Parts: sequence; structure tokens; C-alpha cells
Amino acid sequence: MGAPGLSTLLPGAIVLSSLLPGVLIFLVKEESHVLRGVLNMFGAILKLILVGVLIWGVWLGQGFETRITIAPGLDLVLNADALSVLFVTLSTVLWLITTIYAIGYLEHSPNRSRFFGFFSLCVSATVGIALAGNLLTFVIFYEILTLATYPLVAHRGTPDATRGGRIYLAYTMSGGIVLLIGAVWLRALTGPVDFVEGGVLAGMPASAHGQLVAIFALLMLGLGVKAALVPLHGWLPQSMVAPAPVSSLLHAVAVVKAGAFGIVRVVYDVYGVEFAAQLGLLAMLGALASFTIVYGSVMALTQDGLKKRLAYSTVSQVSYIALGTSILGPVATIGGMVHLVHQGIMKITLFFCAGNYAETLGVHRVSQMDGVGRRMPWTTLAFSVGALGMIGIPPIAGFVSKWYLGLGGVEAEQYWVLVVLAASTLLNAGYFLPILYRAWFRPPPPKWPKEHVFPGRFETMGALLWPPVITALLCLVAGILAAAPFSPLEWATLIAQREYGL
Amino acid sequence: MTEALAGDLIVAAIVAPLLGALLATALPGAARGLGMAAALVTAMAGGGVTAGVFALGPMRIEPGGWGVPLGIALEANGLSAALLGMANLVALGTSVYATSYFGRADKAPHFWPLWLMLWASLNGLFLAADLFNLYVTLELLGLSAAALGALTGSREAVAANLRYLLVGLLGSITYLLGVALIYTGFGALDMAELSQRMAPGPLAASALVLMTAGLALKAALFPLHFWLPPAHANAPAPVSAALSALVVKAAFYLVLVLWTGLFASVVTAAAANLLGLLGAAAVIWGSWRALRAERLKLMAAYSTVAQIGYLFLFFPLLVAMPAGPGRDNLFVALVLMALSHGFAKAGFFLAAGLVQKHAGNDRIAELGGTAQRLPATTFAIALAGSALVGLPPSGGFIGKWLLMQGAVETAQWWWIAVVAAGTGLAAAYVFRVLGQAFGLEPTPIRFVTDARAELPALLLSLVSVGVLGLASGPLWVLLGFDGDAG
Repeated sequence: MGAPGLSTLLPGAIVLSSLLPGVLIFLVKEESHVLRGVLNMFGAILKLILVGVLIWGVWLGQGFETRITIAPGLDLVLNADALSVLFVTLSTVLWLITTIYAIGYLEHSPNRSRFFGFFSLCVSATVGIALAGNLLTFVIFYEILTLATYPLVAHRGTPDATRGGRIYLAYTMSGGIVLLIGAVWLRALTGPVDFVEGGVLAGMPASAHGQLVAIFALLMLGLGVKAALVPLHGWLPQSMVAPAPVSSLLHAVAVVKAGAFGIVRVVYDVYGVEFAAQLGLLAMLGALASFTIVYGSVMALTQDGLKKRLAYSTVSQVSYIALGTSILGPVATIGGMVHLVHQGIMKITLFFCAGNYAETLGVHRVSQMDGVGRRMPWTTLAFSVGALGMIGIPPIAGFVSKWYLGLGGVEAEQYWVLVVLAASTLLNAGYFLPILYRAWFRPPPPKWPKEHVFPGRFETMGALLWPPVITALLCLVAGILAAAPFSPLEWATLIAQREYGL
Repeated sequence: MTEALAGDLIVAAIVAPLLGALLATALPGAARGLGMAAALVTAMAGGGVTAGVFALGPMRIEPGGWGVPLGIALEANGLSAALLGMANLVALGTSVYATSYFGRADKAPHFWPLWLMLWASLNGLFLAADLFNLYVTLELLGLSAAALGALTGSREAVAANLRYLLVGLLGSITYLLGVALIYTGFGALDMAELSQRMAPGPLAASALVLMTAGLALKAALFPLHFWLPPAHANAPAPVSAALSALVVKAAFYLVLVLWTGLFASVVTAAAANLLGLLGAAAVIWGSWRALRAERLKLMAAYSTVAQIGYLFLFFPLLVAMPAGPGRDNLFVALVLMALSHGFAKAGFFLAAGLVQKHAGNDRIAELGGTAQRLPATTFAIALAGSALVGLPPSGGFIGKWLLMQGAVETAQWWWIAVVAAGTGLAAAYVFRVLGQAFGLEPTPIRFVTDARAELPALLLSLVSVGVLGLASGPLWVLLGFDGDAG
């Protein structure tokens, strides 16, 4: 790590590595596919390399911090700790894969410069959220994410898309205002709020505890919108009108995850998990998360639209992260943190596959999926891995998450967690297994709704086929090699150790 | 930069546009070239004054060497320099835009002299050091603004701007009455002298009430805003930009100078609360009307009413906050919001004018295709819009953050609700426009189609977002605060 200045420049460079190509992409003429592709891939690969350097440094315990003073007392801080590295790595890897997918998916569709420009801004904002070193920086990037995602949701331009975009914006903007009020209040109460492992508020006098509870409620309300906690989840199923790569990114990496990540940050690095438990805040969060898990799964059972079913499944699955956060104890923390990654790779696989079915066969509904396994074996195989992982079948990644969450609940003597997990697993099986049954065991219809035959020897275009296959492999690897160094599980363990000061 | 050079720049910032106006009147055929040349010189002088104050601190000159009370004194302090810098950048951008907007059409020979006249009076107002000169520049500003606003010659424009002219006259007369009271009571007009003689009492209080009422009318503070939306919405786009971003701001600047400077000892908490309440009403009402507006420029005009309201929200906080870093922060936040709105609203109106020109009208429901054909213009609207809403990163965001922080610190929670409601409404009206840009119209061919018109709008909007939102620190230095905010 020789060069001086690397430790102060790297976090900023990681954000800029997608921001600058994004800005340039807006200026690229619509028909310049090659230039746009080069810019996209250059940003994605450069970011991956920079993140590699970052991981190595944080593993060795080195600190990275980019600090820009906006105004006296208001600093923009990008800081890399173990938790931010987890999220940064997830978003960087999945961004690269999603970019490839999106280039294939949007071939011949209009307004691609606009799309990829906002796509890059969206990832820059996500990485900014991951690296945010204080609450102000987090709020800034959180709002930029809202703004950068709106054009992607509304991208299709159909009345449905416009409506979905408007609903998305109404929810997230309101959430943003509430979050802002909470952040300002906390800033006025305590001074600049830096994220510190173990929390910063435990020393506050008892007279301020009432205010801290109110602030926590405001922050959770603001973050809960993006994390799709019931009853703030209404925008998520509506924004399914977005193109498939956007849905993938929204559900696996960017928006929903940003909300969940914010909850983790506030609980662990602002309040401190023990202090939050002492104020009785964790019980509140746990109840909300459990309800969301069950409610989302029940709603998913009733959906026939494939993407809608996946959307409600996201509502349910993302709350595992909040659930893990709400249980006091390192094992549950590991479960929640590792699910941040596992849910991401599993859900992105499922959305890629849903996009492939829609693009290749015109299949949008579960009831149309009879026999797709025969027509598209690779896609369906990837889908099966993702779905079984969601249910929690070993050795796929999802099993590891559920195992640690359950173990954490037992360790903290909160046995109701097991009930929630069991109910959710049954429901997961209830809405995923019928899909797998249809896909593999029912005979295909004589004619697909809108079949699109691509040249080449594969079932669909290469750029569409490989991303889900790769992410499905990642799901398997993350599950099978969970104990290997630098696996998500190992990294989550590292985070838990640092948060609890073990 | 030396003191002498800075002094010359102060004079040049007023004389250059006046000279330009005279020349452009004398040689109407060359009005555009002369006007643009004068604009360049003026903007450099104005920017130079700001840089001078930043480097050297406040300064005061007495041209001609007559000295007060016989001669005229000019003064540039942190506050006036900040507004002067913003005004001159915005005016320069607007001038570049106007060379394309008016071209060599028959309106151009009328536009340039009036426009430079307006600019000269604006610079004069920011630099004037006594109450009477302030009156003179205020009056000139109002006259040239109303004349410019009626430039299109349409029936609505003339009617709206005639009303604007009369309201402006009423406002300045009321202000002048206050000045007269002050002169009879304290025997001075120079602000530096006055501030030493000022004593609280019924006379000072009534003078403040009169002057504030007159200025509130000119600054369009709710409920005295009725004249603004039609006047600003019907003017040609570069004029709308200047009216909304600068002219209204000039009257507000005077209110601020009087309330926090000259009359600081006279001001009571109740009076400040009244201003705050009117500001709150302006925020809600203006934003609501902006949301209901069917035309883009009318929406922008109502948004100005709301944004002026935000500025008045600061008064009760400034009065309640004890002197110290907290109060400094509030004051800077106030200036920051004024600057941010200046850049953003100018960018917004310039962009709106382009949309109107290309689409043939500015009905919000019908501008989808145009917005999609002009990506750079739509971006300008988006950037300016996010600064108006106060989304990060923008000067408006930092301003609102500090405003809300001040409200928490002085335990005046209710203002936070106003800010939150205003922000929500603003987001709704801005995205009502932007939502139109994501329709099924064909893909645009290139990013910039008309550089001379699109770039000023884009750059001004960008300043309100990128510069003021990410590097507002120097403003603390300019205003003379050390800013260890804590």
C-alpha cells in the first residue's frame, strides 16, 4: 500500500469511478454503442479493481477516509470500515454483471444514453451510501439514490411506468424528508454524527433518552420506506414496471438494500446495539421486521405475476437483515449481515431469470411457466438455485443466513425468531416450489406468448444467459465455501467481532 | 489585489453598465454587440469586487472625495459582495442567453439599454451606503424592471407590468416615508453614521415598519405577492430570470440589512415572528399554487413566492439565537439560500424559456416531447429544480439543513413542519414537470442543440447544485465568520 495519499483518495475514487463515466455517458450520441459500452465497462472494471485494493487494506486493518468540508461543521466523509466493504463489494460485483445484462437486454431499445447515465449515477450513489462515514453523507447519497433511480423506474415511458415512477417518488421523497428531520435533530442534539463501530450515543445523559427514541423512530420511518418495511412497502410492487436490469438492481443492491443497510448503520454505528437494546428500540424493530417477513411471504403466495411475486418475496427477505439487527448477540448479527450479501445474489439471479423469460418467451406470469425448463434449461437451472436458496435449502447461500439467524435467536433466548423463520420458510416453499414444479414437470404449451429466437446455439442471447448463470454459481459458492477466507460469512464474522469489540 | 484597484472596480461595476446603456441607446444597430461588451466588463468588475472583499475584507469608498454628508459613499461588505457576485454571474449568463433569445430581432435594441440600466441600478443598490441612494437605486430598478417585463407587448404582459410598476412605486414611496422619518429623527442618511445615532423608540419603530412594509411589497412577501406571478410569468424568459432571481432579491437584501444591521436594536421577537409567519404562509401558499399552475413559467413564478418565504423564516430564528457560531451559521444559511435560489431560479426560467420557444407554449401537460428533445435544457430544469426543492447536493439543501438545525436549537419546532411541508410540495411540483420528460417520444439526437442558450441555463443551475452544495465554506469567509461551527 505504498503511495502516500492512497488512503485519503481511494474511497472518493471508488465513487467517482462510476460517477464520471456516468456523466460522460449522458453526452454520448445514441447510436455510439461501442463508446457507451466501453465507458460502462471501463467504469465497472476500474471500480472492481479499486474495491479489490480496498478489501485488502481493510483486511489488514488500514483506515481509508476521504473528507471534504462542504461548510464549517458539515463534512462529506467517505470512510471504509468492514461493514462498508461488505456492501461496496456486493454492489460493485453485481453492478458489473448487471451492466453486461443491461447492455444485452436493452439492445435496440430507445434512450440508452439516458438509461446508462442514470444507471451509473445509481450505482455511484449506492457506493456512496456504503462508504458514508457520517449521517450527513449518508443522507446526501440516500437522496441522490432516490433521484437517480426515478428515471430508471419511469424509463419505459408507458402510462404504467409513469405511474410507477410517481408512486416510487412519492414514497421515497416522503421517507427522505422524515429521514432528514431525524438526522438534523440528532445533529443538533449531539454535534456531527460519525459512524463508529460500537456506536456513539451510549454516553448520552438519561434526560436525552426520550429524544433519542423519537429520533430513532424518525430514522427508521425514513429508512423503512426504502427497506420496504410494512406498511411502508407500497411502492415496491408498483415499481415492477421498470426494465428487468433495473428491478434486479433495485431489489438486490441499490434501493431496498440501501434502506436495510441504513438500518444496520443506525443501530450498530450510531446508537450502538447494546444501547439500542437498553432503550427498547430493538424489540420495536424486531416486531416490525417479523411482521414484514410473514406479511410479504403471504402476499407473495397470492401473486400470479412473476415479478410481483418476486417483489413481495423481497419485502419479506430484506427484513431478515432487520431481524438479524434487532437481536442482541454476535451470531444474529452475522446472520443479518451475511444475508445482506446472500439475499442480493439470490434475488438478482431470480430477477435476471424473470427478465430472460419475458424477453425470450414473453412469459410474465407464473401460470404461463409450464415447461419453461425444457425450452430454457440453463435459465431455469439458475432460477431453481436462487429459489431453493431463498427457501433455505443447503448448501445454497440462503441456508447459511437462516442458520445463523436461528442460532442467534436461540443464543439470545428469543425463541420466537425460530417460529418466524419456520413460518417464513414454509411460505417461501409455498410460493417457490409450485413455480419449479411447473417449470420442470409440466409439459410446455404448443406456442409461447411471444417467442423471440436469438441466433446462436444457446437458449437466449449470451449477454442475458451468462449473468444469471454466474450469480447462481456465486450463490452455490457462497454456501459451499462459507468457511473460506474472504467469503461473505467470514467477512460478516469480522464485522460482528468489530461491532461487539470481541 | 490592492485597495485602490478594488475601489475602482466598485465604481466600474456601476458606471460600465450605465455607459453601455447610453451607447446602446445611441447606436441601436449595434445594441447587441455593445450590450454584450458592457455585460462582460460589468460582470468582471462585479466579480472583482466580490473577490476583493473576500481577500481584503469590507471596504468603503467616497468617489470625488467630497465625503459624507455632501458626497456619495459606496460600500461593499461581505453580505453585499456575496449578493453582488451572484447577481453579476446570473446577469452575465442571462446576457449570453439574451444574445440568442432576442437575436437581432426588433426587440433587441429595446432590450439592451433597459437591461443594462437594470443591472446598473442593481449593482448600485448592493453598493450604496446611505438610505437615500438606496431609494434612488430601488426606484430605478423598479422602473427598468417593469419596462423590461412589458417588452413582449402582449396585452397580459402590459397589464401585469403596469400593475407591477404601480405596486413598485407604492412600495418605494412607503420606503421613502420611512427614510424621511429617519432623517427628521436622527439627521443622517449614511448608514454608518446612522447606526451610531440609532436609538430604539416609537420613531425608529414606525420608520422600520414603513420601510419594511414598502420593501415587503417589492419583495413579494405573502400576502403582498399578488403582483408577482403574472408579471414574472408574462415577461420574456431572460427578463423573468432577472426579475425572479435578482430584482426581488434586492428588496429582500434591504430588509435583511435593516433588520440585522441598522435596526437590530429596535427589532423585537414578536415582530420577527410575524415576518416568520408570513414567510411560512408564503412557503405553503406559493408551493401549493406552483403545484396547481398549468404553465411552466407561472409555476416558476409561484415557486419564487415560496422561496422568498423561506428567507423570511430565518428572522425569528436569528432573533432567538444568541450571538455565536450558531447565529453565524444561520446567517450564512440565509445568504446561501438566497444565492442558491438566485442561480437556480435564473437557470430554471432560462430553460423554461427555451422549452416555451421550442414547443410554442409552456403548458406543463404538453411539454413532454420538447423536454425529451432538449436533454441539456431538461437537465438544467432538473438541477435547478433539485436546488429549489433543497435536495442534496445543493445550496438549498445546506441552507435547509442549517435552518432546521437552528429551529431545533432554539426550540421552535413548528418551523420544521413548514420546511418539511414546503419541501414535499416543491418536490411534487418539480417532478410534475420532470415526469413529462420520460415519455414515449423518440430518442434525442444530441445532448446540446443550442449552446448559447442552453449552456447558460445549465451552468447557472449547476452552480446552485455543485458549487454551492459542495463547497459553500468560502461563504463563511466572505461574510467574515470564522466558522468553527461545532
